[in-house]
Amino acid sequence: MKLYLKIWRQKDASSAGKIVDYTLDGVEGDMSFLEMLDILNEELISKGEEPVEFDHDCREGICGTCSLQINGEPHGPDRLVTTCQLHMRKFNDGDTIVIEPFRAKAFPVIKDLIVDRSSFDRIQQAGGYISVNTSGNTVDANAIPINKHAADEAMDAATCIGCGACVAACKNASAMLFTSAKVSQFALLPQGRVEAVERVQNMVRQMDLEGFGNCTNTGACEVECPKGISLTNIARMNREYLSATLKG
Amino acid sequence: MDSKIPSGPLADKWTKHKNDINLVNPANKRNIDVIVVGTGLAGGAAAATLAELGYNVKTFCYQDSPRRAHSIAAQGGINAAKNYQGDGDSNYRLFYDTIKGGDYRSREANVYRLAEVSGNIIDQCVAQGVPFAREYGGLLDNRSFGGVLVSRTFYAKGQTGQQLLLGAYSAMNRQINRGKIQAYNRHEMMDLVLVDGKARGIIARDLVSGEIERHSAHAVVLATGGYGNVFFLSTNAMGSNVMAAWRAHRKGAFFANPCFTQIHPTCIPVSGEHQSKLTLMSESLRNDGRIWVPKKMEDAVAIREGKLKPTQLAEEDRDYYLERRYPAFGNLVPRDVASRAAKERCDAGFGVNKTGEAVYLDFASAIKRYGKEKALTSGLKNPDEATIIKLGEEVIEAKYGNLFQMYEKIVDQNPYKTPMMIYPAVHYTMGGLWVDYNLQTTIPGCYAAGEANFSDHGANRLGASALMQGLADGYFVLPYTIGDYLSDDIRTGKIPTDSKEFDEAEKQVRDRMEKLMGGSGIHSVDYYHKKLGKIMWNKCGMARNAKELEEAVKEISDLRKDFWENVKVPGTIDSKNQELEKAGRVADFLELGELFAKDALHRNESCGGHFREEYQTEEGEALRDDKNFKYVAAWEFAGEPKDAKLHKEDLVYENIELKTRSYK
Repeated sequence: MKLYLKIWRQKDASSAGKIVDYTLDGVEGDMSFLEMLDILNEELISKGEEPVEFDHDCREGICGTCSLQINGEPHGPDRLVTTCQLHMRKFNDGDTIVIEPFRAKAFPVIKDLIVDRSSFDRIQQAGGYISVNTSGNTVDANAIPINKHAADEAMDAATCIGCGACVAACKNASAMLFTSAKVSQFALLPQGRVEAVERVQNMVRQMDLEGFGNCTNTGACEVECPKGISLTNIARMNREYLSATLKG
Repeated sequence: MDSKIPSGPLADKWTKHKNDINLVNPANKRNIDVIVVGTGLAGGAAAATLAELGYNVKTFCYQDSPRRAHSIAAQGGINAAKNYQGDGDSNYRLFYDTIKGGDYRSREANVYRLAEVSGNIIDQCVAQGVPFAREYGGLLDNRSFGGVLVSRTFYAKGQTGQQLLLGAYSAMNRQINRGKIQAYNRHEMMDLVLVDGKARGIIARDLVSGEIERHSAHAVVLATGGYGNVFFLSTNAMGSNVMAAWRAHRKGAFFANPCFTQIHPTCIPVSGEHQSKLTLMSESLRNDGRIWVPKKMEDAVAIREGKLKPTQLAEEDRDYYLERRYPAFGNLVPRDVASRAAKERCDAGFGVNKTGEAVYLDFASAIKRYGKEKALTSGLKNPDEATIIKLGEEVIEAKYGNLFQMYEKIVDQNPYKTPMMIYPAVHYTMGGLWVDYNLQTTIPGCYAAGEANFSDHGANRLGASALMQGLADGYFVLPYTIGDYLSDDIRTGKIPTDSKEFDEAEKQVRDRMEKLMGGSGIHSVDYYHKKLGKIMWNKCGMARNAKELEEAVKEISDLRKDFWENVKVPGTIDSKNQELEKAGRVADFLELGELFAKDALHRNESCGGHFREEYQTEEGEALRDDKNFKYVAAWEFAGEPKDAKLHKEDLVYENIELKTRSYK
C-alpha cells in the first residue's frame, strides 16, 4: 500500500518543530508500524537526508519505550497494543497518517518524535518502592499468605509499562493513571501497607511538582492504555491519599 | 586459568568463601566508587545492593530509564529450589538439572552456588512486593519448565521478567532517592579505562547531547546482557548490543565460549524481508501446548498452499514428534533439543507455513482437559462440548492470556481456535566474558554479571534460569565478592579523570566515531547488520559444519572491511544520532561474529546449543567429546578476531558423573 505521512520533525529541544510530508510506497500489512518507519528511514538515508528519530527497543510491547501519537491517539487506532505491536493491516492504501510525539509539559521533546519521560522516574523515586534491604535476610516467601484476588489485582496494576500514553491521551496531561498503578500495587499487598501513608503523599507531591495536570475523570487514559490499567486504580489512590491526609 | 574455586565440599564452598574473604568497613565504603553498566536484573540488583551497603554507585544504561532494560521481556518464570510442591526438589536437583541441561560445560561450584541462593531470591522478591502468581490458599504457585521433572518455576502471569525488573528498579529508586545511586540514563559506555592494569573507569557518551564523558571508579561492573543481536534477527531488544563487553575484551578481558548460543524453539516465525525482530512465545506454553507437524507430506503441502486447515487433520495424521522421540520429557525437552527437532522436521519438508519454516503448537487438548475439570468443579456433571471448550479457553486465558493476545496481534490468527505456528529463533547467549568464581574478568577490578558473563549455563540454558542467575549475581554474589577486591582500595582515594589513561581512551573513542562518520557513504548500517545476520544464521546457526564455519570467518572479515570503508552514517557526532549509535554497535558485532565462528570451528564436538553436523549419533543426537573438549574456551584478544589466542579452563566434575544427555 501507499501512504501519505505527516511527521513531526524537530532538531532538538531548543529548536522549533514542524510537520513534514513524506510519501511511502510498498508498505505491507504484516509490517509493524515501526517497521514501516524503518523503511522510510532507509529511504531517507539513501537520499542523504536525516532519518526520523523515534524511541523503540523491545518491539514486543513490554519495555514501554515506544510512544508516538498516531492520528491523534497514543499508540494509534488499535486497542491494548503499543506502537511496536500495531500492524499496518490496520491501515488502508492511500491513508494519510499524522505522526507526532506524545504531547505534555512534563514530557519535553528531545528530537523529532522522542520525548523526555524522566519525570516518571522521579515519581517512582519519590516512593514507588518497599523499603526492604536486598540482603535476602527476610522471611520465607510463603510465610505471608496473600489472598489470590488481591494478588491478582496487584499484578494487574503492576503491569503498567510506564510508556506515558495515559498522559498523552489526557486533555489535562495528568499522570494519575501511571502514579495510581504503583500506589495500588503496593496498597493491595500486606508488604506495601507499612509505608502506605508516606508513599501516596510523596508520589502525589512529586507528580504535581513535575507539572502534570489534574484528573477530571474523562477516562481517556484507560481507553488508550496499552496494558488496560483500570481507572479503579485512580479511585483507590484518591482514597489512599484522602485517608493519608486525614491521618496527617 | 585460575577460576579461584574455594576448596572444601561442594555444599560448603560458598559459605566458607564468604567467611574467608575480606570485608570493607561501612565508613570506608563511603569512600569507594563503583560503576555499574547495564540496569537489567543483574545490573539493577547489583547497583541497589552495592548502594545499600554504602558504596557510591553510578549506573549507566542506553535506555531512557533503568526500567526498560531487556530483562523486562522475560516471560515465563524464575526457578528456585523451594520444593513448595513437595515433588522432590532440592538444591542438589536444581544444580544437577542445570549442569546436565548445559550438557556438562559449566562449572560445578558456580552452579551449586546458584542453586543454593535461588530460594532466597523468591523471599527477597516477595518482600519487595513482586506480585507472583498464587493459589487460592494464598501461597505461591509453581509451574514446570523444560529439562526438569519437578515444578520449581515461580511466575507472574507471562510477565515475570517485567515484575522482577520493576522490583530491582524500585530497589534502585530507593537508593537514588537517598543519593547513593547516580543514574546516567540514555548513556552508552564507549570504552573501559585501565590505570596500572586495573579497571578504573569508563568513557561514556550522552546519547542526547552527544557529549563524551569521563567517569572514574574503583571497580567497574558490566551487566550489559548478551550478544544475540549479532544475528540481526533475534528476540533481543533492538538496542541490545555487545559494545561494553567487547570493549572490555579488547582491553584484556577474555571472551569465553562465544559459540554457545541458545536458539529458542517457540518463537513467532519470520514473515518477510522487512522483519526487524522476532517475538518469543514463552516456554511455559509447552506445559499445555503440544507440538506437531502433519505425518503425511501431501498434508503438509496442502496446508502450506492454504488448501487444508490444521484443525481438519485427524489425530492419527499428526506427528507429535517430540512425544514420539522423547517419551520421558515429551514437549518439555530442553530448548536445544526442541529447536533441532523442529528444524529436522521442517528440513524434511513437513513445515506448515508459506516459508515451510514453522511447526504447530496446539492447545486443543489442554482446552478440553481444563474445560472438563472446570465444569466438574463448577458443579456441571454432564457438560456439552461447547461448554467444555468455553470453560477450557477461560482457563487458558487466565494462564497465558497476554501471550495469546500478543500472538493474535502479530500473526492475525486466533490461537484459541487454530494452533499457533512457531519456529526457533536466537534468544540467549550462554557465552560471554570469562569470569572467575568471584565474577571478576581477567582484568582486575572489572566484573561481569548476568547474561554478560559465561558462567552458569554451559552449552545450553534451561528455561527460567536466566532470571535466577541475573538476580543471584546481582543481589547475592557480586556484592560480597567485590568487597574482597575493594578492601585493597580503602586508602586509594578518588580516581582522577585527568590522567593520561583517560586522555588516551577518550581520544580513541573520538577517533573511532570520526572514522565511522567518514565512510564513503554507500550503504546504511542496517544493510551491513542484515548481511552479518544472514551469514551467522546460515553458517553459525542451529547446525554448523567446518566448511561453512571457515567460510563464515572469511565472509565476516570481508564484510567488516567493506563496512569501515563504505558505511553511511548521517548527522553529526555532537548531537542525538541513532544511526551513529547503531554503527558503533554493529562495528563490534562484526568483530564478535568472527570470533564466534572461529570458536564454533575449533570445537570439534556437538554439545548443547552447539551442534556440529560432523559429530552426531546415528539417531541425530549431539555427540559430545569429553576427552578433548571438556573445557571452557577463553579467547584473548590479539589484534584481529581470527588471531585471538585460546586459553583453556579444564572443567572438573567431582560431584556429577559425566553422562550422555538423554531425555528419552
